[in-house]
Amino acid sequence: MGLENLFLGFQVAITPFNVFIALVGVLLGTIIGVLPGLGGANGVAILLPLTFTMPPTSAIILLTSIYWGALFGGAITSVLFNIPGEPWSVATTFDGYPLARQGESGQALTTAFTSSFVGAFFSIVLITFFAPILAELALRFGPPEFFAIQLLTFSSFVGLGGGNPLKSLITILLGFILASVGLDIVTGQLRLTFGFTDLMKGFDFIVAVIGLFGIGEILLSVEEGLRFQGAQARMSPRVVLDTWRKLPRYWRTFVRGSVIGFWMGFKPGGATPASFMSYAFAKRFAKHPERFGKGELEGIVAPETAAHAAGVAAMLPMITLGIPGSPTAAVMLGGLIIWGLQPGPMLFVDNPDFVWGLIASMYTGNVLGVLMVLTLVPLFAAILRIPFAILTPLIVVVCAIGAYAVHTSMIDIWYMAIFGVIGYVFKKLDYPLAPLVLALVLGDMAENALRQSLIMSHGSLLIFFTRPITAVITAAAIFFFALPVITPHWRRWREAAAGRHA
Amino acid sequence: MRTADLVTAAVLMLVGGVVLADAVRLGIGWGQEGPRSGFFPFWLATLMILISAVVLVQAARRSATRPFATRDQLRPVAKVLGPLLGFVLVTDPPGPWTGLGLYVAAGLYLGFYMRWVGRHRWLPVAALSVAVPVIAFVVFEEWFLVPMPKGPLEDWLGY
Repeated sequence: MGLENLFLGFQVAITPFNVFIALVGVLLGTIIGVLPGLGGANGVAILLPLTFTMPPTSAIILLTSIYWGALFGGAITSVLFNIPGEPWSVATTFDGYPLARQGESGQALTTAFTSSFVGAFFSIVLITFFAPILAELALRFGPPEFFAIQLLTFSSFVGLGGGNPLKSLITILLGFILASVGLDIVTGQLRLTFGFTDLMKGFDFIVAVIGLFGIGEILLSVEEGLRFQGAQARMSPRVVLDTWRKLPRYWRTFVRGSVIGFWMGFKPGGATPASFMSYAFAKRFAKHPERFGKGELEGIVAPETAAHAAGVAAMLPMITLGIPGSPTAAVMLGGLIIWGLQPGPMLFVDNPDFVWGLIASMYTGNVLGVLMVLTLVPLFAAILRIPFAILTPLIVVVCAIGAYAVHTSMIDIWYMAIFGVIGYVFKKLDYPLAPLVLALVLGDMAENALRQSLIMSHGSLLIFFTRPITAVITAAAIFFFALPVITPHWRRWREAAAGRHA
Repeated sequence: MRTADLVTAAVLMLVGGVVLADAVRLGIGWGQEGPRSGFFPFWLATLMILISAVVLVQAARRSATRPFATRDQLRPVAKVLGPLLGFVLVTDPPGPWTGLGLYVAAGLYLGFYMRWVGRHRWLPVAALSVAVPVIAFVVFEEWFLVPMPKGPLEDWLGY
């Protein structure tokens, strides 16, 4: 049944208008990915209002194409400017920037784009087959299962996020608190508004994304001075073909990176650890590990493949469960609701043309994307040569327009500025921002799932352990929450064991 | 860094306290239709206060190492943040004053920033601060029908 549905999807995705939309999306997305302060999440958030009048399928194709473009664009800044646009591009700078400094930027970029494409493609194929199965399973889920999945979502931020797990917990709680501001739809009471009418509407996560990731990122990046600088981009068909001839010998790294990326990626916050893990594995199994970090092609292949496989895999829980795996997927989820679609497993039943059009457009978008970035690299690199004093106000104005357009409300521009400052301070103090955004998006859903579960069980928390599927998911969540506590003991125990053998 | 960590943790505890107070007002127990409005915020706030307290203690125990940001780092940050807030204020100030609208404010902001930080010559400054708002106006108001805050200039032009 999968293949004929995919065929149906391609009929939706390959109409001239939708291909045009995909091209525009990839172009805009790559520009967004290259611009400092703008990335996948806030780029999609800013452009979301432009899709309100489009048919939903074209709208999601535009947004996903922007996402693919932004992922490619992040590789450009990492390689040419040593500026990782996103946390999962950090590992790409290790070997990408040294290679570019040696005058081999064309080779480095071709490798990065090709690896991204391979990783993304692998995940898309897996999504094509797993999404319908997962959705069918999820149709039988009740509130306890959904709450358990939410718990798992946030536990993986705590367990796998790195950094201080307590700070991850705090931003999750803060996100949930912000989400509960305003009208409580269950009881009709106003919560946490303290008499201010402006607070009645609550906080929109799209505004939060634009402020935290957009404004906050700009503030952080100017600390090192009001300028950006980087290597020249040299690209020619010959360089591309030469590089492609070299790449097949790294097939093991491609496969390993894709698998790690997909496995880590459908859990939230997985893209960054996936890219580092893939890099570490590639280094460990390499014949010449000492060459890593000095401009080794394999050192670009490994993190890029994994990061993009993970970036695409983050879409899987979004379309099947209605639970986004990354901030960008969260913004898209917000889009679904605005376009009048109900995210979650019912999408496969009620709107098959939408879901399959989306999945098919992942194939077309990524093919178009890789061809486009390979041909247009000099153009994108030129964007970063626009003087700083012009670029910064432009980005700020675009952010303000995006924030205002969500509800045509002036208070949102002020919220954007406040979230910008919060984002700057939190980033400096290592409070992770992605969990905050996800909690803000999922807050109402999580609270309703919890309340309904408790009503079902007459107030007993045991309901999360007595239903079989829920019990498994809750156990996994508890494991991830406990992981930061277990790891040091586990390490000490292993060291002790190793010491005894030595 | 240590001071900033302490202050942030303390502010978060304060936020938690405020939320806790409102949650208690709303009722944290079991109502007629299940958990009451304050139930979920109550537990969120309680956990946040506790965890922030631990972070506070962790930060207090550490010795102060590097500062949150040096003077040289904060200056460019202020140079971005200040004009940004000015731009938002000019667009639509709170209270009874009327703003100039987003497009005019964007033009002024871009022009000011280019001249003040970039020290660009007046000709490109003038050209861009007119061109950018006009292009933005055409794209958002005409093509995508997304209205932005407007001021006296747009009124005068009949929009």
